[in-house]
Amino acid sequence: MSQMHQQAALSNCPSCAEPLESGDRFCGACGYDLSAHAAPSHDTPTLTMGNGSVPRPSAPAEEEGAQGAVWPHAPQQDGAADPSHTHLPTDLPGTDSGGSPLSGPPVPAAQGSGVRFDRPEEPEEYPLQAPDPRLAAEAGAPDESGAVCVACRAGRVDSDGYCENCGHAQPRERDHMEQESGAVAAVSDRGLRHHRNEDAFALGTAALPDGSAAVVAIVCDGVSSATRPDEASQAASRAARECLLAALPRGTHPQQAMHEAIVAAAHAVNSLAEEPSSAREHSPHQNAPACTLVGAVVTAGLLVVGWVGDSRAYWVPLDRTAPPARLTEDDSWAAQMVAAGLMSEAEAYADERAHAITGWLGADAYELEPHTASFKPDRPGVVVVCTDGLWNYAETAEEMAGVLPLDAAVRPLHSAQVLVGHAIDGGGHDNVTVAVLPFPTPPQGAGSA
Amino acid sequence: MANFSKSSVPRFSVDVYQNEYLPEGGREVNAIVTVTATGGGTIGSAVAAPHLYAAGQGPSAAVAIMVDCSGSMDYPPTKMRNAREATAAAIDTLRDGVHFAVIGGTHVATEVYPGGGRLAVAGADTREHAKTALRRLSAGGGTAIGTWLRLADRLLSSADVSIRHGILLTDGRNEHEAPEDLRRTLEECSGRFTCDARGVGTDWEVKEVTGIASALLGTADIVADPGALAADFTQMMETAMGKEVADVALRVWTPVGTTIKFVKQVAPTVEELTDRRTEAGPRAGDYPIGSWGDESRDYHLCVEVPAANVGQEMLAARVSLVVPQPEGTSRSSAAGSGGGSAQNLGAQGLVRAVWTDDMVASTSINPQVAHYTGQAELAQAIQQGLDLRKAGDFDGATAKLGRAVQLASASGNADTAKLLAKVVDVVDAATGTVRLKAKVEEADEMTLETRSTKTVRVKK
Repeated sequence: MSQMHQQAALSNCPSCAEPLESGDRFCGACGYDLSAHAAPSHDTPTLTMGNGSVPRPSAPAEEEGAQGAVWPHAPQQDGAADPSHTHLPTDLPGTDSGGSPLSGPPVPAAQGSGVRFDRPEEPEEYPLQAPDPRLAAEAGAPDESGAVCVACRAGRVDSDGYCENCGHAQPRERDHMEQESGAVAAVSDRGLRHHRNEDAFALGTAALPDGSAAVVAIVCDGVSSATRPDEASQAASRAARECLLAALPRGTHPQQAMHEAIVAAAHAVNSLAEEPSSAREHSPHQNAPACTLVGAVVTAGLLVVGWVGDSRAYWVPLDRTAPPARLTEDDSWAAQMVAAGLMSEAEAYADERAHAITGWLGADAYELEPHTASFKPDRPGVVVVCTDGLWNYAETAEEMAGVLPLDAAVRPLHSAQVLVGHAIDGGGHDNVTVAVLPFPTPPQGAGSA
Repeated sequence: MANFSKSSVPRFSVDVYQNEYLPEGGREVNAIVTVTATGGGTIGSAVAAPHLYAAGQGPSAAVAIMVDCSGSMDYPPTKMRNAREATAAAIDTLRDGVHFAVIGGTHVATEVYPGGGRLAVAGADTREHAKTALRRLSAGGGTAIGTWLRLADRLLSSADVSIRHGILLTDGRNEHEAPEDLRRTLEECSGRFTCDARGVGTDWEVKEVTGIASALLGTADIVADPGALAADFTQMMETAMGKEVADVALRVWTPVGTTIKFVKQVAPTVEELTDRRTEAGPRAGDYPIGSWGDESRDYHLCVEVPAANVGQEMLAARVSLVVPQPEGTSRSSAAGSGGGSAQNLGAQGLVRAVWTDDMVASTSINPQVAHYTGQAELAQAIQQGLDLRKAGDFDGATAKLGRAVQLASASGNADTAKLLAKVVDVVDAATGTVRLKAKVEEADEMTLETRSTKTVRVKK
């Protein structure tokens, strides 16, 4: 559900899934404040949204006078525009070292702040936006206990997360997640056709020994035919991130670190297989939890990707006249058929077996083959790391570049929202998860402000 | 009701087996709910095997043994003798301290022991006295089972006990009262005590005996050879002595807009419960499942939910176990509205519905559901086949019994397959090709009919 942000217009209310019309500022069914929804995204700390229940009584209203024309998008416009600047390390001299143990040469930061256009609203913007998600969270929490069902609006929600009147499952935290961490941002959404979000992502920023920052994004897609795919993707993404954030500051080559991270993620997923499945889960056949993984590490001069399965990374140069590229090769039936010269790409992807993956993380994987690749782009650009829920709607690098907003490097969260929106407008057939990383990383640990 | 301060109350667990995935537009949700009671004060742990309490322990219980004393019990005379011996064996199986009575049944009910509208308390003396009194049991008169049950109810309700149970033996048809009288009696007694029913010989009516057991949540069986009565009575009494909680109900909550298509017990026997619902608060209903010792039973729940879009998920039913407490009788936690309060036994299971466009997920049938759907059809096919056979429709009977043979064979229900093989010549079990036997022992046919509802559990 919920693709609050992009201009493309939400098709459904993020809280109750009621179909919306473009221009709606509040959900007609539950009164959800749609314009508010995008706002928290600008805040740096992790936000999980979509766990609706008419939260956020507060701030965002004031934020925008502008939204008249295109509501969901308006708050962002401001919001996104501002943080895009403020997030630049140069704008935030004081905060950069926050996340990293040591940022050696943070000196230029001071100057940097001067370089960027100073925006008078910024200081205001922050105090306004920052409290937002927290308020929302607080408002949401107490709601939970006595929450009213988003489906029938008559029953209360029981402790199992179902309505006591109509039985409908309530939106869950993972149905829609957004996070912006330094220069990188990611959005994950349940989509329109799946009953839960089995994708997961993890973001992070590490300080390399030389003091520069390395930005990390991991995206995982749970294999639906396996048991507990949602747990698999979450465990894998977290394990990979932790592994990278630990290895990079030690000076491990990012490509080596990526390889190790994939191995660590595989272990994390494997260990899930030993745990008993939760009571809720009685899938027709129990088998080992499994997921795909794609990750990217971006430093000042290097771009490393690693993957297992059919989640992908794309490279889109800032200068759109230069050609974009796909950086990963799927571990999928279609890719294998093409690689073996047995079918053309068009034929292979038209086949219903196209998406059968031939590599994954999980205890029942034949053998783990982590793929990693290292690039030294000669120009700035953006790395899009995503699950097939997105690239099904923008398969080629050119298509992906066509959907990616031009200002992706400075507004990564907004761009991720736009990409997820693209997938949902296209049908939202699968869970969609996208991380957007600008290359190169801003020179000195943009840290988590 | 059960006394929950005792440590002997078993722990209940509820497991749900289902394929929760529905295709777009799918509305029917099927689930097998396995209810298991373990860890009561009983000795040992094997499910299905009853255990005996040591003397003086265990829940308070009262048992009434109803023995048919109609004239036909003297033909052959060994029948009456065997019935006396069986009753004596059952009395020997009584735990010390259990209340009991013996009723002699004809067209009227007679208190054989202890008499005076009372119950005796089991002990060395009373057992001896009871067995002596059994000598007075003699055949002569008609059969009006309703009168036996009413007397049993009166006697059993005179004691303040947790478990009330009856054992009823008949050898003939219920000829001396109107069928409605028996039906009304069963309605009155239902929920007041449980009762196992046995038919001895082959002159009784299968549907009467199974109907009594069904209404009173007990077991029904045939004892074709009177010589086997003693062993059967002993076993029945052991089972009764193993019971720890009485009057348990399966409480099913369903959301607005859903319809319960059926609720039935499917193991150890098929027992339709759909029509026995008692409303229990908003959108919830109780289905009686009788008294429980250490045992496990399976229930098939079928719910029709409103269609929803792909990607939606809902709770189709919530199943829990309660001991309903009729208004006025509950002592401590009496504050309840509508239908009285109920003691919750703690366990619950969720039946879910998730709409998906994944055809593989939505079209697969849960193995448990498939198995018990087959077992229920098996019981039905046997019933229909035997009815058609009696009605002279041999083609129809052959088709139905052939289907039964096929189902029994495919599901590994070897006992039923054996019984079927005594009624039909099996040509090919896999395809269900059979020929009706020209000559069938009446006992074999009645055994098949009586035991048609016995199921086997799915192999896990």
